[in-house]
Amino acid sequence: MTTLLERLSQDRRQLLMDRSVSGRVGATLPESDVPHQPLPEEGLLRDTLDFPEVSENELVRYLSQLSQLNFSIDHNFYPLGSCTMKYNPKVDDEIASMPGFAEIHPLQPDATVQGALRLMWELQQRLIEITGMQGCSLAPMAGADGEFAGILMARAYHQDRGNTQRNKVLIPDSAHGTNPATANMCGFEVVTLPSDANGNTDLEALRFSVGDDLAGLMITLPSTLGLFDSNILEVVRVVRDAGGIVYGDGANLNALLGRVKLGDLGFDVMHSNLHKTFTQPHGGGGPGAGPVIVGERLLPYMPTPVVNRSADNDGNLIYTLKAPPQTVGRMGAFHGNFGALVRAYAYICTLGDQGIANISHDAVINANYILSRLKGYYDLPYDRSCMHEVVFSARNLKREHGISALDVAKRLIDYGIHPPTMYFPLIVEEALMVEPTETESKETLDGFIEVMRAIAQEAQDAPDLLHNAPHDTPNTRLDEARAARRPYLRWQPED
Amino acid sequence: MLDTIGVDSVDELFADKQQQHRNPTLDLPPPMSECDLKRYFGELATMNKTPGEYACFLGAGSYRHHIPAIVRQLTSRSEFMTAYTPYQPEISQGTLQTEFEFQTLCAQLTGMDVANAGMYDGSTSLAEAVLMASRVTRRTRVAVLDSVSPAYISVLRTYAEPPGITVDVVSADNPELNEDTACLVAQQPNFLGYIQDMQAIADRAHDAGALFVVYADALSMAMFTPPGDCGADIVASEGQALGVPPTFGGPYVGIFACKQSYIRQMPGRIVGRTVDSQGRTAYVLTLQTREQHIRRERATSNICTSVALIALMSTVYMAANGRHGMRRAAELTYQKAHYLASLIGGIPGYSVVDGGVFFQEFAVQCPMPPSTLNERLLEYKIIGGLDISEQLQNGMLICATEVNTREEIDAFAAALAEIGTTV
Ligand SMILES: Cc1ncc(COP(=O)(O)O)c(C=O)c1O
Repeated sequence: MTTLLERLSQDRRQLLMDRSVSGRVGATLPESDVPHQPLPEEGLLRDTLDFPEVSENELVRYLSQLSQLNFSIDHNFYPLGSCTMKYNPKVDDEIASMPGFAEIHPLQPDATVQGALRLMWELQQRLIEITGMQGCSLAPMAGADGEFAGILMARAYHQDRGNTQRNKVLIPDSAHGTNPATANMCGFEVVTLPSDANGNTDLEALRFSVGDDLAGLMITLPSTLGLFDSNILEVVRVVRDAGGIVYGDGANLNALLGRVKLGDLGFDVMHSNLHKTFTQPHGGGGPGAGPVIVGERLLPYMPTPVVNRSADNDGNLIYTLKAPPQTVGRMGAFHGNFGALVRAYAYICTLGDQGIANISHDAVINANYILSRLKGYYDLPYDRSCMHEVVFSARNLKREHGISALDVAKRLIDYGIHPPTMYFPLIVEEALMVEPTETESKETLDGFIEVMRAIAQEAQDAPDLLHNAPHDTPNTRLDEARAARRPYLRWQPED
Repeated sequence: MLDTIGVDSVDELFADKQQQHRNPTLDLPPPMSECDLKRYFGELATMNKTPGEYACFLGAGSYRHHIPAIVRQLTSRSEFMTAYTPYQPEISQGTLQTEFEFQTLCAQLTGMDVANAGMYDGSTSLAEAVLMASRVTRRTRVAVLDSVSPAYISVLRTYAEPPGITVDVVSADNPELNEDTACLVAQQPNFLGYIQDMQAIADRAHDAGALFVVYADALSMAMFTPPGDCGADIVASEGQALGVPPTFGGPYVGIFACKQSYIRQMPGRIVGRTVDSQGRTAYVLTLQTREQHIRRERATSNICTSVALIALMSTVYMAANGRHGMRRAAELTYQKAHYLASLIGGIPGYSVVDGGVFFQEFAVQCPMPPSTLNERLLEYKIIGGLDISEQLQNGMLICATEVNTREEIDAFAAALAEIGTTV
């Protein structure tokens, strides 16, 4: 028999359709102020719309309660590797919701949106300066979309030169899944490059893999192991000498700001995940923005549109949306995720020249501090200093105590800290990828280190505590296999 | 901290090899305080002519509707706003359950079996629908009716052609398909705003063994027969009209819905219901073996970060308006658009294209180039319709929704008449 308490906690999770009461509505609409217009014939019209009926107050309570089941960066430390969960300044939200940005229509004539276009142009310029590139299109709507734009440009570049036999894209084995998925979407064959014992690109293997069929390389710098590939200049040289395009996955740009420009290293194109490096709040999985920033060879191929600046006869600056001459096309219906661009640009303005360089400084120190203080407690597959993130392995705990990376991650939740990224990169067994970001204080890091050490101890003393974690959450571990075996993807009336 | 790490400066942490490229100069302006920042961005914002201050009659894929205050209030909660993709379900039930609600609402709105948790926008959702149709049918051509928005067709080409799919733009009056056609793509209402006989188009697709892919306007589905009732196999839509401000084109949310039998070929995040180790209902990202982080180059799509927060805005909008509010918002929009069309139809020199029943927008032939007309309209504090002279001589695509007051509509018609006499 369910107790009252149990029933109440179930009720709190009731879906909208089960909360629905006929006649309730959560929003008001005006009466029509125009003469009545006849409706079309019945046959064209919908019979019923099976939607919930809830009042405003009920909806607010339902969603407020649901929100409290979430862990967020505003709640506590969120060292989710590769995701750059830095604090999101509140003023950026306020700015993005100014009516002059939020209410403008994407198809207004350029002359009526000069402020928006100028903002986009300035952001293009800042990104070009920060990365040492020569052109920028803000159109891609996330990192993966930027990758797609970049590899499309590489494809167009080779096609223009009649090199259609260039059908291979090299991707290190440590790469994020979006890299191979992107290369495949662009019609390329993926060739996986091994990493060497130090976590750098294996130069032997690279030299062996390049040839007349090479379209390009997709590489993340620092790599997803959190390491700065000390062979990078040689890697770039080998690929370019073989006629390939070098693509930089900019997800880890946080480590490079003000330190190294990918353009200076000879990269042809990169994307920037503005929602990582430049603090667009992640929103539970987007929106983001993934501008592509390109060097000379690929300038004509950028996705459309790009904002151009010119002067009219009186010397006034005019901003216009333009299609690059041999553009790879449109990424979306309009000009990219403008709302995300506003936030990112506001953040860049806040930081300015000095602040930008401080980011990499602090992010790299924070990660190395964690590395130094957790070394010995967790395996360090590559024993060298890291960049903005550090990848540990729980393989020692697994071998000695049967404790997996997953167990460690879930136990962290009990201590009120978000788990690191688990099981990525794929080449590290039982990987735990920790990215503290620059916005965390030494006290926060010390707190995390203390907890991680305590968990390593618990793995020996009380392994079940870890196996059964988390304990104090709205739900305990989920049966994910069941969800996939019998997909139940929407509310159904027989519930 | 440097002592703990065992270095003297952060420079030691950067690899030697790149010495010649280390610490480049950064030519950026100095930092701005919050106060300066708000002033500067405030200036940029006021350089735009903003709908609301100006009467605006643009549509064509981005629509202005009233957004209830709770949409912004609830989606601004930092628990929703500052969380990552829900990879740790025990501490992400808020995001997961609201995404499940979104999937339910989208499936019901489109009249389809299932929907995913959202794509970047309506146009990429349509592009992914076509890629999926090609996977399902193992065919490599796609036929797109010439009445589909040119912008969407161009996005479709961007995504479909590289993996080897040929895009054929076919006549809406008599679409030619063949045995290589994976799907037929139609837009409802079509680019010019008119409602088409979807069942007839579906039959053409199915007779050729192809899937029927529909791009449907989101709010129109609350009023008109949804694609799920007219033979659609996959439906894409732009969720922006449902609670998301126009924001100069994004971020928006693509709705993606299909038949149950295709779920393992779907792109994007999907949330499923399951139980936890104590038997309690809970939600989790599921069917992940389709996705890039597991399947890598064989994934159904490369999408990773999507638009969860925008999907939440649409969820709140749909839930707040509910069964009756959605229909009322659609009918009010219909009333405004038809009133405007009736006024324009009576102005000498202008003619409303007779394309049958329309919902919120319609095409007008103007007595002068629409670009000139639009420039003149600004003097009246009016942002006119979209210049479609490439599709229709002196053509303008005009939209009105429930946020356009009668006063605005009357003033627009009067301005068109006045400017029209100066030809
Ligand atoms: C290394 C790396 N590359 C690419 C991506 C994809 O970026 P997005 O999620 O913005 O599409 C990510 C994000 O998860 C990443 O960590």
